[in-house]
Amino acid sequence: MPVSSPRAAFWRGLTAALPFLIVLGPFGLLFGVVGTEAGLDVGQVMGFTVLVIAGASQFTALQLMHDNAPTLIVIASALAVNLRMAMYSASFVPHLGAAPIWQRALIAYMTVDQTYALANGEYEAAPKQTTAEKVAFFFGTAAPTIPVWIGASALGIVVGEAIPPALGLDFAVPITFIALIAPALRTLAHVAAALTSIVMAIALSFLPWNLWLLAAGLAAMIVGAEVERRMEARR
Amino acid sequence: MNYTATEIWLIILALGVGTFLVRFSFLGIPGDRALPAWLLRHLRYTAVGILPAMVTPLVLWPQATGGQLDISRIAAASLALAVGLWTRNAIWAIVAGMASLWGLGWLLA
Repeated sequence: MPVSSPRAAFWRGLTAALPFLIVLGPFGLLFGVVGTEAGLDVGQVMGFTVLVIAGASQFTALQLMHDNAPTLIVIASALAVNLRMAMYSASFVPHLGAAPIWQRALIAYMTVDQTYALANGEYEAAPKQTTAEKVAFFFGTAAPTIPVWIGASALGIVVGEAIPPALGLDFAVPITFIALIAPALRTLAHVAAALTSIVMAIALSFLPWNLWLLAAGLAAMIVGAEVERRMEARR
Repeated sequence: MNYTATEIWLIILALGVGTFLVRFSFLGIPGDRALPAWLLRHLRYTAVGILPAMVTPLVLWPQATGGQLDISRIAAASLALAVGLWTRNAIWAIVAGMASLWGLGWLLA
């Protein structure tokens, strides 16, 4: 077994994140394009991209602003989309809770779906690593992800309307999420949670302010946990 | 869009600070306390619980088509899921999904 170190963990994280740039790049580019077309100036588009770094919620905010929703509704809805990150934050605690506060703050700032999914997968697969290795792995995943996200948005502002809508870049978002979910459907409990999530999203779609997303997520987590508990009880 | 520059920056700053606080929420609490087993059991299903719900409306009633069902998007999503399940590899799933979207879009155009 090779001697593991934070440096090796960093490179492992970086390598694992590289393939996702193929999708993240166009996604960031799209935000630059759409934001500019919606009427935001350069500073405002970059403000979103640098301060929020959460594509789905940025697009949510943009859509609601396009509809001239009240300022408070825009903020509340876009934040609701990000509430899932509180659960990401909680699931990092057993692995990263012992790291220094500045590292945890940086990790929090750079927690996006991709870095979370990669890091969480690594921690579940190899839980015995030291905190330093786990932190290094996370920073490895973030090292290409965050700069590419920001750079691609900046490029999107420049490219602007040159991108034909026929490219269907809007669909890079759901495709990415599906691609992240599918390999994670390892057990009956995972499948049950995913199905609950889909059914609830449709059944509750009448709920305002993206509340359907939170409700569906919560229901799916309860179903997943319950199925897991029953499967274990049967053994 | 009908907002003053101040309102837009208010939205950006509130979202930025709010999102950071959400991400920092549990990780920011000092200490290395073990979370209870029931909580960990629920947290295992975070991603798989939230992401499908987020994807569902984007697949079934995409904004790009004005909320109309779009056969090439549904086919692309199904293919991405199938390839993801089969290969257990996210990248092949993305490649398959986008290739199918472009291929079908071109065929049906």
